[in-house]
Amino acid sequence: MRRALFGLALGLLAVSSIGCQPAEPELRIGSKKFTESVVLGELLVQLARSAGEPARHVAELGGTRILFEALVAGELDAYVEYTGTLRAEIYRGEELNTRADLAAALAADGLVLGPALGFDNTYALGMDRGVAEERSIARIGDLPRHPDLRFGFGEEFLGRADGWPGLRDRYGLPQTDVRGLDHDVAYRALAAGDLDVMDLYATDAEIELWDLAVLEDDRGFFPSYQAVVLWRRDVAERAPDAVESWAALAGTIDAAAMRRMNREAAVDRQPAALVARRFVAEELGLELAERRATGVHRALLRTTLDHLALVLPSLLAAVLLALPLGIAAARNPRLGQVVLAVTGILQTIPSLALLVMLVPLVGIGAKPAIAALFLYSLLPIVRNTQTGLASLPTSLLESADGLGLLPKERLWLIELPLALPAILAGIKTAAVINVGTATLGALVGAGGYGQPILTGIRLADPMRILEGAVPAALMALLAQATFELAERRLSRGGMSGAIL
Amino acid sequence: MLALEAAGVRFGATVALHPTDLALTEGATLALIGPSGSGKSTLLRLLVGLVEPSEGRVTFGGAPLPRASEPGGARRLADLRRRLGFVVQGGGLFPHLSAFDNAALLARRSGWSEARVAERVSELAELVHLTPAELGRPPARLSGGQRQRVALMRALMLEPEVLLLDEPLGALDPLIRAELQDELAALFARLRRTVVLVTHDLAEAAHLAQDLVLLAEGRVRQRGSLTDLVGAPADEFVTRFLRAWRPPKALLDAWQEGPG
Repeated sequence: MRRALFGLALGLLAVSSIGCQPAEPELRIGSKKFTESVVLGELLVQLARSAGEPARHVAELGGTRILFEALVAGELDAYVEYTGTLRAEIYRGEELNTRADLAAALAADGLVLGPALGFDNTYALGMDRGVAEERSIARIGDLPRHPDLRFGFGEEFLGRADGWPGLRDRYGLPQTDVRGLDHDVAYRALAAGDLDVMDLYATDAEIELWDLAVLEDDRGFFPSYQAVVLWRRDVAERAPDAVESWAALAGTIDAAAMRRMNREAAVDRQPAALVARRFVAEELGLELAERRATGVHRALLRTTLDHLALVLPSLLAAVLLALPLGIAAARNPRLGQVVLAVTGILQTIPSLALLVMLVPLVGIGAKPAIAALFLYSLLPIVRNTQTGLASLPTSLLESADGLGLLPKERLWLIELPLALPAILAGIKTAAVINVGTATLGALVGAGGYGQPILTGIRLADPMRILEGAVPAALMALLAQATFELAERRLSRGGMSGAIL
Repeated sequence: MLALEAAGVRFGATVALHPTDLALTEGATLALIGPSGSGKSTLLRLLVGLVEPSEGRVTFGGAPLPRASEPGGARRLADLRRRLGFVVQGGGLFPHLSAFDNAALLARRSGWSEARVAERVSELAELVHLTPAELGRPPARLSGGQRQRVALMRALMLEPEVLLLDEPLGALDPLIRAELQDELAALFARLRRTVVLVTHDLAEAAHLAQDLVLLAEGRVRQRGSLTDLVGAPADEFVTRFLRAWRPPKALLDAWQEGPG
């Protein structure tokens, strides 16, 4: 029994270490999970490489906070941010009206405010042109007269001070049908007539594609959202050539150029790397060596290994902690209530919230994802271990004691083997939940099957979504089948030999 | 030998056993009898340290039984229990181990060689009439009688100085029960070991033991042979308990007249 568990642990460790790589001193460029940010991230990566600095793209991270805190913590070296976001969200309430104010605030965090790229991607509200003309709506100021309109906003816009709450107060908007949904999904909902008004970014490719009416911000509510490159101060020393190449971007991308690149990437579904490389070649006159594209099989192997590198260590760590916790809970019912309550509360934290909460503590990448999955795995294992042990007949325990087994021997030879089916069922539940939840890890840069899913959602590309969703489902089924096979083996009574 | 010295057991306000003195006689079989809740199982558990006395003490060879909570107590208690052979009600076989592995468990934990284990198991299997094929089966694939025999083997494995059996034949049908009673009586005679058994059946107690201890409501009411109890019942309860055993008159007449 002990040997079997030890072997299992070693095996899990061996497999989980496959996904880990030695750290390389390369620049890490971040991007948010919308296409423009991904293209610009790719642009920074390619410029750095053309300047002779190795660079890696940590793409499609789940929010401004995650990126900014990772940059401050040194988990990222640079990314493209918007001045409006910095003023309204990062340095909210600090009245940073000029560029110099902003640069000073960033400098205090060890960051450099790089050049403005040239375009202003401010927020705007958009409507279907037909509906807008029918109701003669041209400005946001016209909206209060139409309280029946259905609004759909991105989660970030919905929550931030310079988004919906501020806009509602400034214009006195009475609409109550306000839903939060993904930006890319909102375009499709608008086209399908399920939605009347959505938030836009001024450079969204879809504005032209769907021929949307952009409402005039007649009270000047939306602040300026100039795209600027941010980098850590120490990058200037570590990679001066890369910093120089980024500085050369100043004023080179106007709104039309950005909208064109967005269209190529989001609508024509050209890889962001290709779009960025074409811009670098055509607009900046730099010729870049073509990087060999990774084949589908290699990409699948990569995401599979990344995914396993999230699921296995978190599950193994959870087993190592939850087993003793479950045993202690079975021994001491009062302690058991506390343990189950705490692990139960952990279970109720929404996965995305937990991931975002963990980023300031452990950074971005696999670590926050593994930590979150570890916390989620505790409850099913603790609960099943505790119930499995507590439901053993007392006559068997008295028998073991009365025969002269030590408490330790009773636990390992009698209680754990008899509770093993219940414990395995708990680990199985944790494993299956883990495989599914790990797809959210891509939001904090952990990679795995969530990456193609995020890209697919961003590009409205169902095939890309399936590239992540199908293997994730298969892995979950495989985990389930493996544990059920083990349970069946055990219930056939094949354990007696293995135990002694 | 095992003895209670004014040992009593209380669970909160409930008295399970009033302070009791009781010494076992070396090599004799003693039966604890009484109705449900009389304290007979509590008394047996006191003797193996599964229940700790709330007052008085339990001794083995003059020294008090170690308490599990004191430093090193769990180890000393386990060592002592290996010198006793205890069988819980229903046998308490471990369902994930074969009959053989059940019987061999404690010997293996005590560091016996496999050869010595195998020799001892086959010796005991012969004693309790079990075949090698039966020994290979898990408890779920044995009859109730066979399970009791395996439990007995397991208790006898380490050559215990005392054998303690809680309702050893409790859940068996009458024919198997009678058969096993005869086997147990023969076994006790052959082993010449000190035995304590708990039963609520006066006939079974009288068949297996010379020494009867009748309990009611947590007190020993009388100790002695069946003849002593019948000849001079100590109180009203003893009389009622003896009279409660009433074989049909026709059956008694038939036994006295017939050859059988």
